[in-house]
Amino acid sequence: MAYEWDFAFLWVLWPHLLVGLAGTAKLWAVALICGLGIGLVVGIFRTAPSRILRSIGTVYVEAIRNTPGLIQLIWFYYAIPMVTGWQASAWLAAVVSLSIYTGAYSAEIYRAGIASIERGQWEAARAIGFGFGAQMRYIVLPQALMRMIPAFGNRAIELAKATTLASTIAFGELLYTAKVIAEDQMRPLETYTAVTVIFTVILLPVSYGCVWFERRLARRGGVHRD
Amino acid sequence: MTEEVLRIEGLRKAYGLLEVLKGIDLTVHRGETVCLIGASGSGKSTLLRCVNFLGYPTEGRIYLEGRLIGRESGGKMAYRESKLCAVRTHVGMVFQQFNLFPHLTVEENVTIGPIKIRGVPPAVAHEKAAEQLRRVGILDKAKDYPSQLSGGQQQRVAIARALAMEPSIMLFDEATSALDPELVGEVLVAMRKLAEDGTTMLVVTHELGFAYNVAHRVVFLHEGTIYEEGPPQEILVRPRRPRTQDFLRGHTAFRMPEPEMTPAAAVDG
Ligand SMILES: Nc1ncnc2c1ncn2[C@@H]1O[C@H](COP(=O)(O)OP(=O)(O)O)[C@@H](O)[C@H]1O
Ligand SMILES: [Mg+2]
Repeated sequence: MAYEWDFAFLWVLWPHLLVGLAGTAKLWAVALICGLGIGLVVGIFRTAPSRILRSIGTVYVEAIRNTPGLIQLIWFYYAIPMVTGWQASAWLAAVVSLSIYTGAYSAEIYRAGIASIERGQWEAARAIGFGFGAQMRYIVLPQALMRMIPAFGNRAIELAKATTLASTIAFGELLYTAKVIAEDQMRPLETYTAVTVIFTVILLPVSYGCVWFERRLARRGGVHRD
Repeated sequence: MTEEVLRIEGLRKAYGLLEVLKGIDLTVHRGETVCLIGASGSGKSTLLRCVNFLGYPTEGRIYLEGRLIGRESGGKMAYRESKLCAVRTHVGMVFQQFNLFPHLTVEENVTIGPIKIRGVPPAVAHEKAAEQLRRVGILDKAKDYPSQLSGGQQQRVAIARALAMEPSIMLFDEATSALDPELVGEVLVAMRKLAEDGTTMLVVTHELGFAYNVAHRVVFLHEGTIYEEGPPQEILVRPRRPRTQDFLRGHTAFRMPEPEMTPAAAVDG
């Protein structure tokens, strides 16, 4: 017997999916901003003259990159109340863990971008009398950030996908909402198909945008590949 | 003689086990142009980099404007990076590879140091930048980005950038070696003009014509020591010691003496 597709229920329930999508968007935006901020600091640590700062950066990046994101999420979900004494909401645990997760990966983007700036640029800035911080702020980062944009775009896509992990701690993002609807309607195939379509429609343009920007940079000689 | 701007005493510099500078004593007076010549690998760049502390001396003392740089501790010098930043603002450096900041316009390249380090108001900094850019004959490119300029133009901007900090001394590390031959002249002319204006300069160069015509004193570096020094007419024309003679034999045939340079012809402004 062939499966009979029936999307009719979604015509009624789509506002719920929209609420879920809003949860995804909020989690994505906050974790992306926090993650890029953490990444900037850690990326600079990783290139700093101080060995201690470099080691701190390395330990953090390697610890996060070599453990599954799902385990980090669950770990934070239980660790936050133990450390802070507050009952961690699913939202807080998701934001904290995804920020830290994105921070580690974007730190690598910053580090590579900073490393791609020629030694002569640092030296010229140093010779004028700029200290490490000013060299970074006025000379290196402005040049490096441009080269990092495509990588940040890819990171944003990865993070959008990773937000679905938060469904495991019952945070009301798109996948969690879909799960509830699927069980309620006993129509998992249709529901998850809808989720897949939504992700594709939103992320595909971003993905193409990154490729386009990368090509444009490469044409202008702005991107150093390794 | 006039006052000392730079005094180097017993300078040694080693990279690991490789001792590159083996006890250098050198003094540069105000308004003086000293040319540093020597074979590749003799330690010329290392010497310049020690003077503005892009590399730390292993041993020895460096005095700038009569002040000892660093702190004495147990017979050795100790340097604090934060103090050295201030020292570097008083030492201008021009690199072989120009190293202009590509994301900034010519004008911004020249003003960023005075504005961000010295706290000069932007309006004043721009006025002074214009003055330095005029000196090196490149004021008309003030709004351009470095990538729009020829190598010779970029190097002249790099000179203006260093001058804008109003340094006590200007260091040039083979400022014309990366240039196409037809662009070398315009940079040498700009440097000559600075020297004639009384800028204190320590110049590493392979352009012996420049050294002959512009330097007050020529220093020949050989294997990390000052092997011979004196007025250019002596060192470049009648060197007394064998290594200097060998070195010059490789150059003189086609470079000495340089045809007379006329500042007006190559530098407009
Ligand atoms: N950062 C460094 N580490 C190790 N060795 C170096 C370094 N910089 C220069 N050297 C060595 O020091 C010697 C002198 O170099 P350099 O000062 O650049 O000479 P020059 O400028 O006269 O050609 C060379 O043998 C070079 O290989
Ligand atoms: Mg050299």
